[in-house]
Amino acid sequence: MIDKKTIEHIAKLARLHVTEDEAQEYSTQLAKALGHFEKISKVNTDGVEPMITPTEIEAYWREDVVKQDFSAEEMTSNAPAKAGNLFQVPPVV
Amino acid sequence: MSYRGYEAVIGIEIHVQLSTKTKMFCADSTSFDAGDNENTSPVSVGMPGTLPVVNSKAIEYSIKTGLALGCDIRKKSIFARKNYFYPDLPKGYQISQYDQPICENGSVTFTVDGKEKTVSITRAHMEEDAGKSTHFGEYTLINYNRSGIPLLEVVSGPDIRSPAEAAEYARTIRQIVRYLDVCDGNLEEGSLRCDCNVSVRKLGDPQFGTRVEIKNINSFRFVEKAIEYEIERQIDEVERGGKIIQETRLWDPDKNRTFSMRSKEDAQDYRYFADPDLLPIIVTDSMIEKFRQELPELPIARAKRFETEHALPAYDASVLTIEKDVADYYEETAKGAGNFKASSNWIMTELMRELNSAGKNIKDSPIKPEQLGRMIALIDKGSISGKIAKTVFQGMWDSGKDPEVIIKEKGLVQISDAAAIEKIVDDVLAANAQVVDDHRSGRKKNLFGFFVGAVMKASKGQANPDMVNKILQEKLK
Repeated sequence: MIDKKTIEHIAKLARLHVTEDEAQEYSTQLAKALGHFEKISKVNTDGVEPMITPTEIEAYWREDVVKQDFSAEEMTSNAPAKAGNLFQVPPVV
Repeated sequence: MSYRGYEAVIGIEIHVQLSTKTKMFCADSTSFDAGDNENTSPVSVGMPGTLPVVNSKAIEYSIKTGLALGCDIRKKSIFARKNYFYPDLPKGYQISQYDQPICENGSVTFTVDGKEKTVSITRAHMEEDAGKSTHFGEYTLINYNRSGIPLLEVVSGPDIRSPAEAAEYARTIRQIVRYLDVCDGNLEEGSLRCDCNVSVRKLGDPQFGTRVEIKNINSFRFVEKAIEYEIERQIDEVERGGKIIQETRLWDPDKNRTFSMRSKEDAQDYRYFADPDLLPIIVTDSMIEKFRQELPELPIARAKRFETEHALPAYDASVLTIEKDVADYYEETAKGAGNFKASSNWIMTELMRELNSAGKNIKDSPIKPEQLGRMIALIDKGSISGKIAKTVFQGMWDSGKDPEVIIKEKGLVQISDAAAIEKIVDDVLAANAQVVDDHRSGRKKNLFGFFVGAVMKASKGQANPDMVNKILQEKLK
């Protein structure tokens, strides 16, 4: 079941800050959603292969040909912080 | 192999960067020397709403590598999302393969200290590379040029038992992917990255010890050193009554030791699931057959052929097949020369020496293989002596000209005219009457070599040495 501890774990993996109250609230909400899936998971699926994609259409593969649509300046133009053409982010180590 | 009554159990993961022109899931260039973030697009920086499209070349290279490693190729394999939050991975997940990798159950065989060793390949799966982050304390800078470059992660079974085997295994994988031309094998540029899993156990213990992963190893010598260090460290720890912690350690080449990076207990929870943006990779039998037919002869098979069909010593065969270009050069030379061993000798000594001192690849050799082959044929025909050939070789190296041209220009043709040699011999004997007398009377021994030397010198090295020997023997009777 989804308890507060699980919420905190998931939040940590996603680097999200979740307050005590929020953790409580989300655990109730997610428990509800998961409860629904639990009902589905009760269906007997013995011998049924897991479905990865709904259609078995032929995959489309690209030829190995270079295309450049944007310059480095354009690619970084929306970055909140940058140095030259490098993205700048808060320290991670 | 035993270390203080312990045995090491080693498995290696090698990330092979596939040398496609574009990335795994978008058309960004993969060039190494591009400017910051020049090789990026909305897909590779993880913009919302973008969709990945598979690069067919990456599939081809993966299958070819799998075939060369004797793997089964999965007819239907799928991509999975490996979720983790880190800024070098802007989507929040890496596209990888999890429970259905494209290649499985292969093996690779190589020799260590003259003994054959086979290591199983558990799997080889496709994935995309992450971006490159550079840390500055206050902030981190990110370059996404590498983000999305196709990798094939080759995972060995825990079959390796010594640091030397580990390094040789890694060298063999590099050799194979270079033969296949699916990876340039450049360790400094990160085209090949080795992670080593090391554990120790008491000899005879059926149970594996706790394993430690070592990363950040960028040379085969360091593979050996890092594992050596790690084996000793773990044995020390166990002997002391301590416990090995499952963790990732980094190799520090300056201090010659490994150090702890992060503990695995701290929830590496990747929450893999099938990527809904990508269709399964369906591989047909005809595709596999086509790729199999395109596979070049691999180094071990080629070395064996050189030994059996060309009667080369095992050492020559292994040196000549380390690089595909060298093996190709040798075969081309031997074809022109009609002499396998002589071709091998000239390449392994003279040519390699010149290439090494000039820092050149064999592909850029000023002497083309057919030219070297013709030069060797000229020695065998008696047109030039082996000694003169060295001068011819130097001339060819310096100018790139044909051997015949060098011989003509420098007047190096071997004198094989009996009358001409007799004349030189007569002159030499006349000029050294006293020595001739010493020799004939037996007053002094071992003078024959003196006469040969003198005649060769008088002919500027051009007299046919066999004929000089013969004529001298006649005349000195």
